[in-house]
Amino acid sequence: MEKVLTKDLQPDGTPLDLKGYEKAGGYQGLRKALKMAPKDVTEIIKTSNLRGRGGAGFPTGMKWSFVPAGKDAPHPKYLCANADEMEPGTFKDRLLMESMPHQLIEGMIVAAYAIEADIAYIFLRGEYILCAERLRRALAEAYDNHCLGKNILGSGYSLDMHLHLSGGRYMCGEETGLLNALEGKRANPRTKPPFPQTSGLFGKPTIVQNVETLCNIHHIVNNGPDWFKGLSKSEDGGTKLYGASGKVKRPGVWELPMGTTIREILEEHAGGMKEGLKFRGLLPGGASTDFLVEQHLDVKMDFGEVQKAGSRMGTGTMIIMDDRTCPVGMVHNLEHFFAQESCGWCTPCWSGLSWAERILKGLEEGQGQEADLEKLSFLCRFAAPGNTFCALAPGAVEPLQSALKYFREDFMQHIREKRCPWR
Amino acid sequence: MLSPEERQEIEAEIAHYPDKRAVCIDAMKVVQQHRGWVSDEALRDVAELLEMSVDELDSVATFYNLIFRKPVGRHVIMVCDSVSCWIMGYDRVREHLTTRLGIKLGETTPDGRFTLLPIVCLGTCDHAPAMMVDSDLHRDLDTEKIDSILEKYK
Repeated sequence: MEKVLTKDLQPDGTPLDLKGYEKAGGYQGLRKALKMAPKDVTEIIKTSNLRGRGGAGFPTGMKWSFVPAGKDAPHPKYLCANADEMEPGTFKDRLLMESMPHQLIEGMIVAAYAIEADIAYIFLRGEYILCAERLRRALAEAYDNHCLGKNILGSGYSLDMHLHLSGGRYMCGEETGLLNALEGKRANPRTKPPFPQTSGLFGKPTIVQNVETLCNIHHIVNNGPDWFKGLSKSEDGGTKLYGASGKVKRPGVWELPMGTTIREILEEHAGGMKEGLKFRGLLPGGASTDFLVEQHLDVKMDFGEVQKAGSRMGTGTMIIMDDRTCPVGMVHNLEHFFAQESCGWCTPCWSGLSWAERILKGLEEGQGQEADLEKLSFLCRFAAPGNTFCALAPGAVEPLQSALKYFREDFMQHIREKRCPWR
Repeated sequence: MLSPEERQEIEAEIAHYPDKRAVCIDAMKVVQQHRGWVSDEALRDVAELLEMSVDELDSVATFYNLIFRKPVGRHVIMVCDSVSCWIMGYDRVREHLTTRLGIKLGETTPDGRFTLLPIVCLGTCDHAPAMMVDSDLHRDLDTEKIDSILEKYK
């Protein structure tokens, strides 16, 4: 099968320099885009059916079409790469940035050109030190070779691109939280509307896009939307970086056609469960997705099919739970994370999640009562979409609500035996 | 007082944004790079340079995991406590680190050599459990490996 995003991945993971990247076909998509009208680039992305790879799956071309265009549009306009990979269990954007930094930069320049942006920022996790070093080097090379700065490759289009290292907080990955963080504020979410496409960074039109999404852009421009659709085994176009962590034989990340089944990823690529362990369940796309179990193994990993199965594809990096890992303990770990990372802005989130964490801790320590399960269900409803300011709390309760459904007997056992049976 | 180097590094960042205060996180990181942490005095100096109130800057400082408002040891260990590392043995790793160093999470060894902090998912889940020491990532940890890693940081 055709690899696109990891085509130039070197065996030792070191990135190609600009010369090597160009030799491998790099910056051709940019050259082609610069000869087109910006709105035509957006049109190609729209037709390709590219959906955002950060978790929500919003159609990329449609997002861009909301940005005011033409002579009267406010400037500067901004493009931000969301490189704040902090969703627990997710490790795909790290690979793209560490090993293929020019690919991200090229994708960003083309995306910025499409929306006629003047300034682009890469909002990178502070802990991704190697990514930062390699991106800095690649940015310098891109400036030296006129792929960035004034009059890019003689086209008349100008773009500056800067790297920002985050102070570190899960909320920075939320679109409007990221914008506040870039403005030097606490990363609380903003009210929508206005949407960032019209009033985003410093009040100007802004697009925020996940790293993997941006890495696809110039390939689509170069090869066309039909080629992109053809890469996939599903209605959502393209390839996808899928991953698996937990007690599987070969944890890792692989570029596969969009719509590859969970079973294929788990058994063929991750090598199945480690010796002596059985598969019990999985979070398909990071910590904030609902558990899926045995009956879902033949589900295709794409936005629509995983949703039909009752979860979300999220980031596409699966966390596998084996039969010797306590589901209650695992959910306690997850809710600890979400309660800690809540920005404290709205009550269902700051109060509800820490309450859920306390109940789960009690269950693990043998102080559980039957009424706890009803309380946990209530808290899941309390934090549902519509009751909260942003998507953090609704995402946070996804693994909890599905654990209560699929692993209820494990919760009951904790209560009956007044201890964690796995300890 | 900010040193000339600190001031220069902060000013280089200011050039990238239309608004001075936008670099406040970068500015605190610059200070931290040079001094290990952000003291009350440093906070005041940065606030003055960026024309912000001290309280406003402190509200930003305390929001972010990687800005230290208390002194830390010569080396900062950040051990991942998120879900993939938890499945792969975070409890064992934490237990070993706290026993060996004789401190709890959030504390500094009496000789000032190590500060031990929990950190959220480091994005290297296929090599869990993982931790960072200063800016180095260490993966596939077990107790023996942890011992030899700690030896490298004096």
